[in-house]
Amino acid sequence: MSISKISPELFQKLVGLAALELTDEESAYLLTEMNHQLSSVNALLQVPLDADIQPTLHGIQCQGSGPRADVWQPFPTPSEILAGAPETEAGMFAVPDVKGAK
Amino acid sequence: MSLNQLSALEVAAHVRAGELSAREVLEASLSQIRAVDGQPGRLDKQQLDPAEEQKVHAFIRLTEDLAHRQADEVDRKISAGEDPGILAGVPVSIKDIFTLQGVETTAASRILYNFKPPYTATPVQKLIEAGALILGKVNLDEFTFGSSSESSAFKPTPNNPWNTSHVPGGSSGGSTASVAAEEVALSLGTDTGGSIRQPAAFCGVVGLKPTYGRVSRYGLMAFSSSLDCPGPIARNISDAALMLQAIAGTDPKDSTSSVVPTSNYLEALKEGVKGLRVGLSPDYTHLFYPDFETGELSLESIQKEISESVLHAASVLADLGAEIVEKVPLPNTKYSIPTYFVVSRVEAASNLHRFDGVKYGYRTPVEVEDLQDLIRRTRAEGFGSEAKLRILMGMYLSSEGFAANYYQRALKVRAMIRRDFERAFDPHGEHRLDVVLTPTTATTAFKRNDVFGNTVRMQYSDQMTVSANHAGLPAVSVPGGLDADNLPIGIQFIGPDFREDLILRAGYAYEQATLDEAWRSVRPAILRQEVAK
Repeated sequence: MSISKISPELFQKLVGLAALELTDEESAYLLTEMNHQLSSVNALLQVPLDADIQPTLHGIQCQGSGPRADVWQPFPTPSEILAGAPETEAGMFAVPDVKGAK
Repeated sequence: MSLNQLSALEVAAHVRAGELSAREVLEASLSQIRAVDGQPGRLDKQQLDPAEEQKVHAFIRLTEDLAHRQADEVDRKISAGEDPGILAGVPVSIKDIFTLQGVETTAASRILYNFKPPYTATPVQKLIEAGALILGKVNLDEFTFGSSSESSAFKPTPNNPWNTSHVPGGSSGGSTASVAAEEVALSLGTDTGGSIRQPAAFCGVVGLKPTYGRVSRYGLMAFSSSLDCPGPIARNISDAALMLQAIAGTDPKDSTSSVVPTSNYLEALKEGVKGLRVGLSPDYTHLFYPDFETGELSLESIQKEISESVLHAASVLADLGAEIVEKVPLPNTKYSIPTYFVVSRVEAASNLHRFDGVKYGYRTPVEVEDLQDLIRRTRAEGFGSEAKLRILMGMYLSSEGFAANYYQRALKVRAMIRRDFERAFDPHGEHRLDVVLTPTTATTAFKRNDVFGNTVRMQYSDQMTVSANHAGLPAVSVPGGLDADNLPIGIQFIGPDFREDLILRAGYAYEQATLDEAWRSVRPAILRQEVAK
């Protein structure tokens, strides 16, 4: 059985989409590992799926109380949240310019 | 016997009775940490002398002041005749993936090295309210991504107290090492694919993954949201039951936390195993490891001493009146790791998008061109290799053109893994099991650097544990002996939904029936050295 591999070109595209930057050494290692992992994942293609099987997002049927009402609740100490930010301005998170924004 | 050897139950009983002060317990615990733990994990590699290299290094951060305040409050309550809680004075460590208000919570990642959360995780808050003393945050694989704790950005990473040239397992390796080295009586860990049970097996302690939703995930930094479970790590079953009692229950802040009532887990232990149906499965006797070129899965035998320990446990339980049911088919076990590679990576990639250097944590210090450049550089510098790998793999497996083959298919195989267990536990089915008995791991603890870097081999160390995560079921790893190198062996009990009481009963019965076995008198090497000094 031959298995599919992730090409270097597709890998570089994923790196961009993931908002990452990698050294050449990192890229070589991560691409090799991804393809090794894919050799395991490809086993799924051989699984004879039960005809009536439905995909599940949780193993167990969620038995929670369900989402709470969507009611705005002010955080008691927003200053604590802002204190953890790398940069703030006038009570807001500050970032560099957004490319293309006026 | 030193105070540090007391169980959590014993500590709480003595403190509640006024026979011991929480302060005394805390000082003993801090003294043990000073003796065996060594330098806490720090960003960037540390040069260590040979003696320091042999320390446990479980902790990233000690919270001594907080623990002192908590101990004083417990002692005040005792003096005032108030109830100090079921964990009064019990020293606890917290895997550094749970938020603790005002205390750095790093997820063992550079990208969160300075993050001080403005709120406390629900299971941590419940421990505090039960009178536990929070000694500090312990090391783990970065964002819990690993099975050896070696991927942490905080060095040195934890060692195995039984042999410090071996890993403690992971990702809750700091938790299990701190409990095995008697630095604390209990630790709060998380288990997504085996991250409580595998390191518990490697360190010779008890590790319990509750049913998904049994313990709130509020304040737990998400890895794979449909699999993550907080749970107890302890030195014996009773302590794990006691801790579960404190942290289990519904939570309005986590809509997936269950409204199913909790049991009295400690009381259930007394019920014994007479009449309990315990299953053994031929699908838990091998690893199914892929060939990197062809993708074919081939069989690898698990360590002989581990298989023997499982059979011995079955025999012990049979002698106690349990009915052993052999040849229980769980045929989709062999797809559990391939399924996990897909489900967990897709969810991890989604969860890691939030780290961008804008709202909290690390931001690149270099000058950037614009916001996109800031985000790229921050993530490139802030994430370690394993985190980057999981993001990339998750994005690939869920991308258009591949998701139908991989993600959608994995969700169906996950349902089939669940169906295997439903059939095994079906009260009207062929096997009608109460619990399944399996090995926790295929090997005992491996040496540092032996597996790290080979991400497939590392992931396969969870093959025996991950099915319970896919199926959402409770499972517990219990010490089951030592191998020829005096490294601990773990055996696992898996139970039906919300039947933590059943797996704890089976574990307790086995534990109590084997208290006199010779291996139980052997202590971790790090503790034998302490006595020798």
